[in-house]
Amino acid sequence: MSSTLAPRRAARTDPGPHGRRAPRRERLVGRLATLGPGIGYLTVFMLVPLALVLSYTLFHRGRFGGVVHEASTENFTRVADGLYLGVIWTSVKLAGLTTLLALLLGYPTAYLIARLPRSWRTVALVLVVLPFWTNFLIRTYAWIILLNSEGVLNRALTGVGVIDRPLELLYTPGAVVGGLLYAYLPLMVLPLYSAIERLDPQLREASANLGARPARTFWSVTLPLTLPGVLTGCVFVFVPSLGNFVIPELLGGGRTVMVGNLIRDQFLKARDWPFGSTLALTVIALLVLLLMVQAWAARRLAGGNRA
Amino acid sequence: MSDHHAGEPLVSIRSISRRFGDVRALEQVSLEIRQGEFFALLGPSGCGKTTLLRILAGFEHPDSGSVTLDGADLLAVAPHRRPVNLMFQSYALFPHMSVARNIAYGLERERLPRSEIRERVDEVLTTVGLTGLARRRPHQLSGGQRQRVALARAIVKRPRLLLLDEPLSALDKKVRAEMQLELKRLQHEVGITFVVVTHDQEEAMSLADRIAVMSEGRVRQVDAPVPLYERPADLFVADFIGANNLISGVVTADGLRVPDVGLLPCPAVPDTVGVAATLAVRPERVRLGADGGLAGVVRDVTFFGGTTRVAVDVAGLDRPLLVTVAGAAAVGLGDKTRVDWSDTDAVLLDQT
Repeated sequence: MSSTLAPRRAARTDPGPHGRRAPRRERLVGRLATLGPGIGYLTVFMLVPLALVLSYTLFHRGRFGGVVHEASTENFTRVADGLYLGVIWTSVKLAGLTTLLALLLGYPTAYLIARLPRSWRTVALVLVVLPFWTNFLIRTYAWIILLNSEGVLNRALTGVGVIDRPLELLYTPGAVVGGLLYAYLPLMVLPLYSAIERLDPQLREASANLGARPARTFWSVTLPLTLPGVLTGCVFVFVPSLGNFVIPELLGGGRTVMVGNLIRDQFLKARDWPFGSTLALTVIALLVLLLMVQAWAARRLAGGNRA
Repeated sequence: MSDHHAGEPLVSIRSISRRFGDVRALEQVSLEIRQGEFFALLGPSGCGKTTLLRILAGFEHPDSGSVTLDGADLLAVAPHRRPVNLMFQSYALFPHMSVARNIAYGLERERLPRSEIRERVDEVLTTVGLTGLARRRPHQLSGGQRQRVALARAIVKRPRLLLLDEPLSALDKKVRAEMQLELKRLQHEVGITFVVVTHDQEEAMSLADRIAVMSEGRVRQVDAPVPLYERPADLFVADFIGANNLISGVVTADGLRVPDVGLLPCPAVPDTVGVAATLAVRPERVRLGADGGLAGVVRDVTFFGGTTRVAVDVAGLDRPLLVTVAGAAAVGLGDKTRVDWSDTDAVLLDQT
């Protein structure tokens, strides 16, 4: 027995020159096989277009559209113009408001789901993501039917007699925020749920045992320990809200212009690709900055929260 | 505190029951825990001891029965208002707070002045030997240090009753022995009534003034460690606490008759002749190499340093008889020997 076991054990602890090289090569092949397609896809469909966008920012629009390859900084001075900065600021405000509302609505929702019996949690989570199974455009059109002056909401309110004349609900910043909130709320609920669900229930019990009322336990224990989830949820909602142009178009009626609309118009209507690229780059830079802040904050929190 | 004297009942648990679905976690449990004592709830996992602890802390409610503390109904009090603190098995330290903030948390809830909180935190840090670690976070501490923080956080509130859930189970053996002494010293020093839940009988024996042995949701016996060890009330306790030789037979006037073995020495119990019973005799009570008694063959010798455990095969018994002798054994594997014990060293138990 020992004579057959011994060489095998030796091979594991001290592999010969072949024994060592073969697994490493295998590992490399394995890595390429699993990572390769992803890296290839990202290179062709993300890095290359991004590099194009980046290069366009230095050129300017030809007389009949197209790109004139003459370097200039003209695009950047245009972005700094009050008009465009104003649109970017409006977009940040609307996306920020959407994120805040999503947090206020999403946290209690996620909290309740996390405290449901296990079998019901799955049902609740499926319900949260259920809207994703319907086309995004159709869901947004549904909001038009709800909100317009002859819409369901106005007719219900006039019918009950709360108001005399239909309210102007559609084509307002409020409608845009409502639409964004509706579209991205699940992206807030899911990371929050996972953060709350992972929280050791004994920490809440310990807090109560030490004399804390439920509200105190929430503010001092539950909320601080789920902040990483809050940060993730906020980024998940803020990022797509900032760049969205379909919802401002359909529910804002062109009266509430967000930076996404502006970029789309530069590319498709004004056919000023270099300036559109510059606007896009500005938004990307803004979001990268935001993600860096989030990563930094998350790392700081994680450092303190390790059990 | 002066109106509460040691020995008076502090907690009275009267016939409480708790079920989880079909599982009976607690069945008609009644216990008295005395003022100032170190009480242990001992039993295998699933015996209901943790449920009982959680009822005292207020995280669970019994389906029936009552619990009073200082004569007042404890079950009507919300968990955060009970003068009862719990040291969790996992310690449940707040990971985002420093050691000092963890300990101060309970005092802040009492809205004490800052200066008093600081004083009491410093004081308790000295008591548990953690001075200088006040600003650390829990993840920067060793297991033993975390355990001390958890203990400090619970005793700083000066509760009427301190509950400890498997307090030493997460520590390695050496730290455990150290903390065992420490816990005893602390309990003496702070004068708080301790209730410790454990599945480790040695822990219970070495720590507690009195032990309640539980199994399948019922209390089997409540006693001090020595009587519990020497006079187990039933078969479960005899088997669970320490090592025991258990032999079934029928009681006669001269001893326990065991088929194919013979008559074994056992104490005389009135009105038991003819009754089927189980004899329990501790390995250290059995004499090896005696003149009389039973003949057997040494099957196994295990040397523990201070003592040696010898297993002797006796014809007619389905399990080898265990004998503990001081120092090294004079017998070797395969030796023929005899085993014997005095009738007063054995205990007779019902077979149920």
